[in-house]
Amino acid sequence: MGKATGFLETARMENPLRAEDVRLKDFSDLHLSLPVRERHSQASRCMDCGVPFCQSDFGCPLHNLIPEWNDLLWQGQEKEALSRLLLTAPFPEFTGRVCPALCEKACNLADEGVTNRDNELYLIETGFARGWVVPRVPSRRTGKQVAVVGSGPAGLAAADLLNQRGHSVTVIERADRPGGLMMYGIPNMKLPKEIVERRIRLMEAEGISFLLNTEADPDQLRAFDAVILCCGSRRPRSLNLPHMDAEGVHYAVDYLTCATRSLLSGSDPVISASGRHVVVVGGGDTGNDCVATALRQGASSVTQLEMMPRPLTARAPGNPWPEWPRTLRTDYGQLEAISVTGSDPRVYETTVSGIQVDEHNRIHSVETVRLKRTPEGRMEPVSGSERILPSDLLLIAAGFIGCEEQTLRTLSLKADARGRVLPADGTHALGGSWFSAGDLRTGQSLVVRAIADGRAAAHEADAFLTDRH
Amino acid sequence: MVDRQYPLYHQELEHESCGVGAIVDLTGKATHRTVDQALSIVERLAHRAGSDALGTTGDGVGIMTNLPHALFLSWATEEGLVLGNPGEYGVGMFFLPEDEVGVRNICRIFEQLAGAEQLPVIGWRDVPCHPALLGAGARRTMPRIRQCFIRRPSDTPAGEAFDRRLYLLRRIFEKQDTDTYICSLSSRTIVYKGMMLVTQLRAFYDDLQDVRYVSRMAMVHSRFSTNTFPSWSKAHPQRMLLHNGEINTIRGNHDRMKAREETMRSPVMGEDMRRVLPVVQEGGSDSQMLDNAMEFLYMNGFPLPLTGMILLPEPWQGSPEKTPWRDLYRYYASMMEPWDGPAAILYSDGDRVCASLDRNGLRPLRCAMTDDRRLILSSEAGVLFEENAHIIRRWKLKSGDVLEADLHSGELLESRALKTRFAKAHPYTQWMQHLIRLDDLPRETVTPASPDDDVRLQLCRAFGYTWEDLHHVLLPMARNGSEPIVSMGADEPLAALSRTHPPLSDYFKQRFAQVTNPPIDALREEMKTDCSIYIGDDGNLLSDGPDNCTVLELTSPVLTEEELARIRNLRHSAFQVRTISLLYGKEKSLAQALSTFFSACDAACREGVNILILSDRGVDPSHLAIPSLLAVSALEQHLIHIKKRTAVSVILESGEPRDVHQLALLIGYGARAVNPYLAHDCVRSLCAKGEVEKSASDAIRAYNAALTAGVLKIASKMGVSTLQAYQSAQLFEAIGLDGKMVERYFTNTPYSLGGTDLNRVEADSRFHHEAAFCLPVTGLPAVGVHKLRTGEGAQEHLYAPETIHLLQQAVWNDSRDLFERYADRVEHEGPRTIRSMLDFRFEACHEIPLEEVESEASIVTRFRTGAMSYGSISQEAHECMAMAMNHLGGRSNSGEGGELPSRYRTDLNSAIKQVASGRFGVTREYLLSAQEIQIKMAQGAKPGEGGHLPGAKVTESVAKTRCSTPGISLISPPPHHDIYSIEDLAELIYDLQCANDQAKITVKLVSSTGVGTIASGVAKAGAGGILISGGEGGTGAAPMSSVHHAGLPWEIGLAEAHQVLCRNRLRQKVTLETDGKLMTGHDVMVALLLGAEQFGFATAPLITMGCRMMRVCHLGTCPFGIATQNPELRARFRGKPEYVERFMLFIAGQMRRIMARLGARTVDELVGRSDLLRMKQDAALDLSDLIGFSRNTHFQPDARHDFHLAERTDIRLFQDHVHLTTTDRAFGTMLRGSRSVQAQGCGGQSFGAFLPEGQQITLYGVANDYLGKGLSGGTIAVCPPVDSVWREEDTLIGNVALYGATSGYALIAGMAGERFAVRNSGAWAVVEGVGDHGCEYMTGGRVCVLGPVGDNFAAGMSGGIAWVLDEHSTLRSHLNAGHVQIVPVAPAQAGELRRLLIMHEKATGSRKAREILTNFETWLPCFRAVISEEYMTFLKGV
Repeated sequence: MGKATGFLETARMENPLRAEDVRLKDFSDLHLSLPVRERHSQASRCMDCGVPFCQSDFGCPLHNLIPEWNDLLWQGQEKEALSRLLLTAPFPEFTGRVCPALCEKACNLADEGVTNRDNELYLIETGFARGWVVPRVPSRRTGKQVAVVGSGPAGLAAADLLNQRGHSVTVIERADRPGGLMMYGIPNMKLPKEIVERRIRLMEAEGISFLLNTEADPDQLRAFDAVILCCGSRRPRSLNLPHMDAEGVHYAVDYLTCATRSLLSGSDPVISASGRHVVVVGGGDTGNDCVATALRQGASSVTQLEMMPRPLTARAPGNPWPEWPRTLRTDYGQLEAISVTGSDPRVYETTVSGIQVDEHNRIHSVETVRLKRTPEGRMEPVSGSERILPSDLLLIAAGFIGCEEQTLRTLSLKADARGRVLPADGTHALGGSWFSAGDLRTGQSLVVRAIADGRAAAHEADAFLTDRH
Repeated sequence: MVDRQYPLYHQELEHESCGVGAIVDLTGKATHRTVDQALSIVERLAHRAGSDALGTTGDGVGIMTNLPHALFLSWATEEGLVLGNPGEYGVGMFFLPEDEVGVRNICRIFEQLAGAEQLPVIGWRDVPCHPALLGAGARRTMPRIRQCFIRRPSDTPAGEAFDRRLYLLRRIFEKQDTDTYICSLSSRTIVYKGMMLVTQLRAFYDDLQDVRYVSRMAMVHSRFSTNTFPSWSKAHPQRMLLHNGEINTIRGNHDRMKAREETMRSPVMGEDMRRVLPVVQEGGSDSQMLDNAMEFLYMNGFPLPLTGMILLPEPWQGSPEKTPWRDLYRYYASMMEPWDGPAAILYSDGDRVCASLDRNGLRPLRCAMTDDRRLILSSEAGVLFEENAHIIRRWKLKSGDVLEADLHSGELLESRALKTRFAKAHPYTQWMQHLIRLDDLPRETVTPASPDDDVRLQLCRAFGYTWEDLHHVLLPMARNGSEPIVSMGADEPLAALSRTHPPLSDYFKQRFAQVTNPPIDALREEMKTDCSIYIGDDGNLLSDGPDNCTVLELTSPVLTEEELARIRNLRHSAFQVRTISLLYGKEKSLAQALSTFFSACDAACREGVNILILSDRGVDPSHLAIPSLLAVSALEQHLIHIKKRTAVSVILESGEPRDVHQLALLIGYGARAVNPYLAHDCVRSLCAKGEVEKSASDAIRAYNAALTAGVLKIASKMGVSTLQAYQSAQLFEAIGLDGKMVERYFTNTPYSLGGTDLNRVEADSRFHHEAAFCLPVTGLPAVGVHKLRTGEGAQEHLYAPETIHLLQQAVWNDSRDLFERYADRVEHEGPRTIRSMLDFRFEACHEIPLEEVESEASIVTRFRTGAMSYGSISQEAHECMAMAMNHLGGRSNSGEGGELPSRYRTDLNSAIKQVASGRFGVTREYLLSAQEIQIKMAQGAKPGEGGHLPGAKVTESVAKTRCSTPGISLISPPPHHDIYSIEDLAELIYDLQCANDQAKITVKLVSSTGVGTIASGVAKAGAGGILISGGEGGTGAAPMSSVHHAGLPWEIGLAEAHQVLCRNRLRQKVTLETDGKLMTGHDVMVALLLGAEQFGFATAPLITMGCRMMRVCHLGTCPFGIATQNPELRARFRGKPEYVERFMLFIAGQMRRIMARLGARTVDELVGRSDLLRMKQDAALDLSDLIGFSRNTHFQPDARHDFHLAERTDIRLFQDHVHLTTTDRAFGTMLRGSRSVQAQGCGGQSFGAFLPEGQQITLYGVANDYLGKGLSGGTIAVCPPVDSVWREEDTLIGNVALYGATSGYALIAGMAGERFAVRNSGAWAVVEGVGDHGCEYMTGGRVCVLGPVGDNFAAGMSGGIAWVLDEHSTLRSHLNAGHVQIVPVAPAQAGELRRLLIMHEKATGSRKAREILTNFETWLPCFRAVISEEYMTFLKGV
């Protein structure tokens, strides 16, 4: 029912982050939490709307029952609240940390939306702390074998749901640790790896097998009654410039992977920003993660290039509530950079137009160029605006363009023009007993969307397996 | 019975009401004067009768008298027949089919049957009459009218015994021939009646004018039917009675009487009794069925007045007085339920005339005694004005009263004497020892079988519980003991169109009273209600004895587990209890399960079991349960079929029922009591989790109390005040259920559109079972029936997030493109509605160029915004809509909260002013500011219910607008207290037309099956327009079950209204409007083609002003500044008139394009053209009845009702002295200027209604109901007539005086009827005694009562002060202390009181006032002030 006047009494307050100067010294979790009383007050701001945009298609892709668990949380019914949360959200400890929280932007309180993401995180962490989150081992097994290829958010979500429906699930992961981008893509300070591992352990205890360091093999997959492919969209967008192979030029994911590997193994990173002038191409979340990682590794300077113009600080007329606001957001990495240098690392309407290397094919600088929007809406270079920017580490965070070629070949999959393995009928079914889900199916997207898509695919697979249509 | 030509017309849903009268000569002398005067009474009650559209055919009128022996003798002598003396022959009055051969045949058959019964026929007489006088409709259907004379056999004594044999003969004949109707067949009474105007009766029958026609008594009746279709037989009197009112529980009464036939044994009629059966004839009107039952009891030896007492019992349960006849009532209650509903009945066997009034006193019956011992009974006092000077006593019947005038002894026996006499007939109190109360049974120890959380969750899932059920329904009920309140109406699809596997209960809609009978306020008039339930064998009604009341009495139909255990373990020779399982194996079908279930019940019945406990405990992975509602109703029908219904009581132990609606259905379809064990278990678990901070037993008590109160409220919506009568009354209608299934398992329930059959019911039940037992259950599903949810399994809503967004963006950015996307989404992606399943038959039309179509600007003048009161919404929002509609030339609606006078005659004025049951701010000036005055009979979200605006929301400005007091809560009563019946509505329409003769008077109804006949009645009552509002309508606050389970979609009601109005040739007299979530041009075009010509929008304009369906209107926390009075939130209002205007223009634009394709240039030419609609291919329901009638008839200004206002006395008033009669209604309302008028005679209804400041009228004589209605500053004084004997206790004015008065003075030097000063919010009044419910819902003003007060005084009185002269300290026992307390008159107010008394004495010459004033200080301590806590606080603040 919500607290009728909560939104009038309490102002929005987000989880604070640790101070920049402190957190820059390590790779530990950024977030601090609010006192419980304040958490309850924050939850009491939820108005339990008759039409909750937050959980609609404008908001949460998982259709999290936000008004329900906010109401329970406000009244101190944490355990009940958590059970409502877990009804739709399999991994709140992930989304509670990395989700951009579309729900908060679609909240009827508009700019002052309820802190759903922080509330969610509080609930799940409270659940773990109080021992409420225990393995849910299905009481009956159907005898059906399901393979899930890929252990990113989509794969884990599909595996979880199918396991709960009593099927025996094997997750096949080519990396040495499960989690996909959540393990090696997202830096530890944003999503601590023990959090990912905690979930994997729980899933193992619930009966899911993880086959690591294993490439999916069509012959092997034939043994399964159903196969869910969640291989992601890991082909990075290239800059298509000469010298892309130069030393010191890396795709962001590779860089971030190395950073996390080094953190987990205690060894030095294979690629390090230490003492280097870092240029990051791409102004998105991954770019920001690169900025933050580079700063922690002791970069001499960090510049982040963004092709698009600097967004407005308030919503533009064509971008009304409850759509996602295309407004200026300054994320933790950028804030850290500002705290160190006093200025925003981002340069807008600019991209790299050339890579300059030395005789050892090592990058020493990049040529940048200004971009301008044409009347058709394309961003085109402004001739004569080229500049040289010293750089010995160029990180490319320009997004992903679909499933890797090799995966497509191995599994004999057909991708569409955008690299997606997307069944034409809009379902997840690839014919026979195979299904696709997550970024593989939808193209690069958010963790929360991948989870939603993994669950949707699992529902279809379950119906297929149990003959329930 | 379906009439193919008018597929939506339902004959069985007709209503009627009327005026009644009787004259009894207690000297026992038969005179023609008695007959003549009785006819005069009915002629002067013309305004209470109805006629057809042409005004030439009346709805029916009739008279019952003794046999006019002299007249018959002279006829017999002429014919050469020997009649014998009075008492030696009986006369039958026959309506025969009008064809010579048929008549001869029928007469021969009758003679044969009579012969077989040893009742020789003396001869036949063609009754002389004048068909040429009649209207065409009456003439067309006129029967052949003959009288049959039958000789009394010598072995049969005269009188009752002879009449009993005639009764038997009539019943035998009736079962043979259904085309002939016998008006009466008796040796003591005869009925002359017909379908005519009141003035035609006398002229039509020569006999009635013959001076030889003499009688000791005469009873008359004029009928106002909601239908003008001919029916001679339905005119009153019936065989024994005539009735003003309506029996609401008739279905259950009928069914139970039928069931009782098996167990009844007649000591009086013996085996002959069987030959009479069935007691109640199918197909009759409610009055006819009541008459059947009364006649049956009488013929089986019941004294006549006792039959009235049994059928219409007084509210003995709630009576504060321990009367000696209480156990008599309880004794009969254990066998027979009340026939509940408004009723003033007069009944006679020829030797005595009796009168009874219903338990709520909802119909007027005024009595007078003359100095020559002639008793005059009538709906209105003073109607026989020529007797005025001879009257020595005037009184009125009160609720539950009975009266007997005995023509043999010449005695007049009144209620107390009669009841005392009957109470002494048997040792009822002793007999009552046999009645067992549940509380008397030994307590059982039950360990609540509390399953663990997982099992409970699984069970909940299996029974289809949702999270909403648990948290938005159960939780608030357990917390607060009352049903949850919600806002903004319903926008989910019908159950049959929903993808959410809804429970069977969702297919049923609660029926509710509108116009033809009033809903009851079960809260404020609790004393008239009764939740008792009786379990066990009904006994033999016809034979008195203690065994009859060996039943178990419950005080509520909701049982705890422990209480159920007490019944289950009952050890008593009279009770055999058996539990029958509702479970069936997964492998079986539901149909098989039902038949196994019936067999088990049959076997139990054969073994003498008389309490069946149906239980669905034990649902598990392999066992499903028969849906509880299906089981209960199917068994009820089965038991009726095998005539075991009264021998067996059914109790349900089920996990399924959880909300009020489900409980009401179970009771309404036959369960005597229900133990909702799973709901109880959920409440226990909520307590354990701390979500309800109460002990489990307290929480369950609160939950059960909420259920009981909720069921009673649902019953009271239909005007039913006892659960015993509600039981099995089937006051529901089904929508979207397969007709065959309804007829088989829910027999006699009205249904529409076909749809879901037993297979789908079973599939839905299996869906839930599977979800519970085949899938992991981690929580209850979030379906979002009221508050929307998205995601898997969620309910669809019309106002989905995308829809709201697109609509707002379209009107805010003035984008027709976005509006098209919005409309497209509503039509193609939104939930299915009836209208979305209809499409236009463009292929049958020639498209015309768009320019030729009526302009948008012209179309929008037909548009209205919905009635939303200032108070429920903010000033900003209210004015925004008014401004928009004024710009467009459409009309905005003030709602029921009044309007600030500063807005009148400006851009901000609402063209439509609403008059609702609360009458807030309804002043003369308010009415004069209107172009249209809308009487709100019901509202879509909660038809049949009142409202309650908490004091906190009554801000300074809201209070000013509503003519009330800041901080004082405002209650809208469920009924209009001046509309209990159709002729009352006619009166209000007339009153309002007098108050503003330029305005159009319209009536707002809510869609339901039968609304067409009501609409016809409304049209006949003179309304200029009718609004059929959809049941989905939104509102600020309404109980959750009402929002979703009462009222039908507008499509059905609108189509029915158009069809039935056309059928009755009334359509052109009225404009027809509809509303209810109209969202697109498509929607409006469907409405147009189904018969509407004006269209209302409410939710959509709110959305354009920023509303996003928060559904918190009832909390006043609207974050968009719309439904709030909080200044901080109001500052957030972003609405603009142009947004609303754009919406209207966009809709009109879409309409034009459709019109062009349909080849229509004007809206008018499309009204009712349903032939241009077709069902879409994938339509899931059968809509052919909706579109199966096409007629382009619409409002024609010259067909408007003529009120003959120019002929009114107050218009033609040239002097300040005037003589009045009862036909001078609303006297003074049209007075001009500032005047002081003295009147003599008798004030008709609504004397001084809406009298403005500057007017003073003084009446010397009696007045009738509704005196000073809406008094707006004027002064009314009423003093006893000067020309006759007057006793202090005589009744001077009628019921419901000063209803909704806002200011002015009313000085009444005598007794008033019921509900004096009801909803008074500002008038000051003195009266010298009041009936029941005085000062009900009063919110302001002062009322001084110088005499006795009736029961339930000050119920719901939140403001103002009542000073009562409490000489005998009886006030406390009559007080309803819910809101008020009794305190001494405060010194500050003593002066006020004195000044008021001085004024009273001066205006009326009151002796009582003079006496008090001569020694005021001594009298002052005898006065008590009745005042509410809130008002005291307010006065202190001032």
